[in-house]
Amino acid sequence: MKADPSINGLEQFELHPLLGSVGKALCFSQAPLYMIISAGVVLAFLYYGIKPAAIVPGRFQASVEISYEFIHDMAVDAIGPEGTAYFPFIFALFFFILAGNYIGLLPYQYTFTSHIAITFALAVATFTLAVIVSIKNQGWRFFAHFMPEGVSLFLAPLLVPIEILTFLSRPVSLAIRLFANMVAGHVMFDIFGAFTVLLAGFGVVGDVCAVGPVVLNVALMALELLVGVLQAYVFAILACIYLREAVAR
Amino acid sequence: MSKNCDESFTERLKAAERRHGLSAQEHQEQEPCVPQDTQKANQSLMRVALQVGTEMFSALLVGVAIGWELDHWLGTKAVFLIIFAILGGCAGVLSVWRLVRSMETS
Repeated sequence: MKADPSINGLEQFELHPLLGSVGKALCFSQAPLYMIISAGVVLAFLYYGIKPAAIVPGRFQASVEISYEFIHDMAVDAIGPEGTAYFPFIFALFFFILAGNYIGLLPYQYTFTSHIAITFALAVATFTLAVIVSIKNQGWRFFAHFMPEGVSLFLAPLLVPIEILTFLSRPVSLAIRLFANMVAGHVMFDIFGAFTVLLAGFGVVGDVCAVGPVVLNVALMALELLVGVLQAYVFAILACIYLREAVAR
Repeated sequence: MSKNCDESFTERLKAAERRHGLSAQEHQEQEPCVPQDTQKANQSLMRVALQVGTEMFSALLVGVAIGWELDHWLGTKAVFLIIFAILGGCAGVLSVWRLVRSMETS
């Protein structure tokens, strides 16, 4: 945590240009840097895990295989047999978000999933894919979904816009869920960290009391480890659900 | 294929457990069953509550954004904003209703 004892939980999300003048010209901040790092970590994990290609896998290779099978089973269970076609997308989505969440939990690192621009871009990519797949699969019948069955024509002008809005709100809720979870967790870290520094300024009594926020932060770290994987999972499973609807005829 | 493997694995596991005097019943008794269940229920309830919040908020946000843009585009002041804010709120309630109903059936 930072040494400044004033409590400003949102300061940590500020973006600053990196790499001197080159970074300034390219507007290269922490967010793209950590996205590149996350993608690199995932790729390195897969590459070096698979490299031995042993028939009886070691621990590292087994972990890669387990993660592959986990996402594969999830995609096939949720989408159906066509799920294998979208498995690479789901896999990339899940591990990119997971890597971003977990790298952000390390001290002095930046969490790119705490920026709504990034989570929204991921959500819009998922949503666009789902729409393209549905139009490809269902043609014009895709638009018939916006008219609920068994509804009188009298109510249609009211219900069709509501259905369309429900559909359009999907990427927004997907983005907000991930973004809000990450921001809330990191703001809480910052606040408890600042409490510790503030309390430590009150002499011996403060030193003793300062243990409280530290203990809370340790517990919070456990929670955030859960939230990090849970949010990546929720994002991936919702992408699967949207694709299942798109694939269904 | 994988299902068969799983079944044979669970059978072999059971046989091994029997051999070592670790029957499945003992296993269950050892584990604190009830608190885990309630914990799980609480967790999923909290998750549902959070999801309901995001669903309602995002639908409203989309409605307001569409209304705002239409107003901006057509030069009408706040007519579409009001209409689409209400529609967005309705859409949020609808998606929450669907969520709850899908939970009830599953």
